[in-house]
Amino acid sequence: MSVFSFPRFAAVVAKEFVQMRRDRLTFAMIIGLPLIQLVLFGYAINSDPRHLPTAVLSADNSVFSRSIISAMRTSSYFEIDETLTSREQAVRQLALGRTQFVVTIPENFGRDLARGDRPTLLIEADATDPSATSNAISAMREAVSQALSRDLRGPLSDLAPTAFPVDIRIHADYNPEARTEYNIVPGLMGVILTLTLVIITAMAMTRERERGTMENLLATPIRPLEVMIGKIIPYILVGYVQMLLIVGAARFLFEVPFAGSVPLVFAVSVLFIAANLAVGLTFSTVARTQLQAMQLSIFFFLPSLLLSGFMFPFRGMPGWAQVIGQVLPLTHYLRIVRGILLKGNGPSEIWSEAWPIAAFLVGVILIGLTRYRRTLD
Amino acid sequence: MAEVPPVIDVRGLTKTFGRRTVVKGVDMQIARGEIFGFLGPNGSGKTTFIRMLCGLLKPDGGEGTCLGFNVRTESDKIKPRVGYMAQRFSLYEDLTVRENLDFMARAYGLPGRKAAVAETIERFRLSSYAGQLAGSLSGGWKQRMALAACILHQPELLLLDEPTAGVDPSARRDFWDEVHELAAGGITALISTHYMDEAERCHRLAYIAYGDLLARGTGPELIAASGLCTYAVSGPDLAELAATLKHAPGVDQVAAFGVTLHVSGRDCPALEAALEKNAAGRWRVTRIETSLEEVFIDLMRHPGKAA
Ligand SMILES: Nc1ncnc2c1ncn2[C@@H]1O[C@H](COP(=O)(O)OP(=O)(O)OP(=O)(O)O)[C@@H](O)[C@H]1O
Ligand SMILES: [Mg+2]
Repeated sequence: MSVFSFPRFAAVVAKEFVQMRRDRLTFAMIIGLPLIQLVLFGYAINSDPRHLPTAVLSADNSVFSRSIISAMRTSSYFEIDETLTSREQAVRQLALGRTQFVVTIPENFGRDLARGDRPTLLIEADATDPSATSNAISAMREAVSQALSRDLRGPLSDLAPTAFPVDIRIHADYNPEARTEYNIVPGLMGVILTLTLVIITAMAMTRERERGTMENLLATPIRPLEVMIGKIIPYILVGYVQMLLIVGAARFLFEVPFAGSVPLVFAVSVLFIAANLAVGLTFSTVARTQLQAMQLSIFFFLPSLLLSGFMFPFRGMPGWAQVIGQVLPLTHYLRIVRGILLKGNGPSEIWSEAWPIAAFLVGVILIGLTRYRRTLD
Repeated sequence: MAEVPPVIDVRGLTKTFGRRTVVKGVDMQIARGEIFGFLGPNGSGKTTFIRMLCGLLKPDGGEGTCLGFNVRTESDKIKPRVGYMAQRFSLYEDLTVRENLDFMARAYGLPGRKAAVAETIERFRLSSYAGQLAGSLSGGWKQRMALAACILHQPELLLLDEPTAGVDPSARRDFWDEVHELAAGGITALISTHYMDEAERCHRLAYIAYGDLLARGTGPELIAASGLCTYAVSGPDLAELAATLKHAPGVDQVAAFGVTLHVSGRDCPALEAALEKNAAGRWRVTRIETSLEEVFIDLMRHPGKAA
């Protein structure tokens, strides 16, 4: 009697696959949850909102400022509110969130521009939601350069090709360290994997107990390790299907640029997926009912969501929260995936974040194995 | 058979749930090739006892071996050699009959799995249901499939917990013929049941009530040991007579069987006197053999006075 037998392990794997295929609801959750989350968050990812309320405070009445304003209009990003004429009014509207931008064109803008003095164009933006403003700000640049290339002709044409003729100053208020929207995709991948995989596996064993099939399973010679790993393997594939969905959507639907190697992301993800599955299985050795299993999963999911650096910047959290965060696999996974996808990190850079996940995995499997009840007591 | 060590040999097996002792120091020896019937009222500890034998529950007291292996410490060696059929259906309802059998065959590492599964499906006449989800089978067919699943890997010992509950008479007969065939081939079976006709088909019986093993032996031994006398009474107005007899001294049991009453009691002269007094003349009274049913009902009513 060996401790681990491949045929017995294969029995569990084959059974789990068939059951997974037959369980419509779980199957829907596997595919549906990433899609729903992507659509919800995807709006934030890809948000390219247009017609943003804008106040223009123009102290200059030259042809240049007029054509900049009309170029802003045609860009369709800005909805210029003509009623806002005083600075106090405009700033107040910005504070209230009723206007997104305040564009200030200073006195003598046209004259300075014609002289080649690079006049300043001040844009104050409500950057609480950076993803809402960043596209508009680049549209602003575009609008200015278009407007001017049309107007700076004839004797002024020599101004056009040189350094940008206007000094555009952007004040991103309220959220100066605007996090880019691309941060969200890798984060979202980790969050979705944590949520679905922990719940699915936490249910997997509890279901055996609730339906009474545990009695038969325990009466067979199948060993705890064979059950645990046999139940993990099929769901690792599930994790990969979810990753494919998310990465595919990020790349082709939301056009997130990937700096590093996607295969590397998939390779290290096996650790993270296995860690979540082990958590789920360990929960299911403790929980007596599927409801309890669900509650335990949420109990694990919330700190993962809040303390991993997905919701709030990790460095901004208090020390105790960082300590908890360091234990959670999602924290390290976020760093790994962001490192690879956004910064182009390679295997040598991610090692320092990979081993804590591995350690977590081993620890949880050990807890699970000691908690695994081999009898019906 | 005396030299061969018993397949099951346990002494003082005890199980406590919380503060309730559910199995109280039960001894049991079962020889190889024996079909052993396990009877007792609901909640008497049959399932609990069987579970302890195959390692599903840890005994709180007692010692013993099952197939020569220690029931406390060697359940990993016992499990592959035992076919256990749980009282509650415990195969996968979301798997088909064939998939369930296939799972069991793999779990026990059966060589020639496909052929063995196909052969078992054939033998248990499950062919027309093979592709059907187990959850959609009728109760009786579920039982049959569960039985097939626990015999599949050719165990040396069968532990069957009410295997024929809800199974129709002809399938039950098939089942018992099957069990006798297996026993002839050297397989041992411990079978719990509530059916008296099944008890009669066992080589030996044990009767447990509320944790205590009250009686054991062959059917005739148990009947003899009970000391019961039984009479069949036929004639008019049986219901009225039954009501009168129930309270008569010497009468322990009165049960209607169609157009006859079976009346039994431990004290034979007193019973005869009661019948003479109440049933002479209008009714036909004949002495009949006491059946196991009367014995077990008697045991249930007067525990602690038996063999
Ligand atoms: N896991 C458990 N926890 C607590 N009590 C239990 C447990 N399992 C069984 N019992 C109790 O032990 C007693 C014996 O139960 P058991 O199932 O062994 O009876 P049984 O003889 O098989 O009855 P039946 O003929 O109804 O199947 C019952 O009173 C039951 O309530
Ligand atoms: Mg029972």
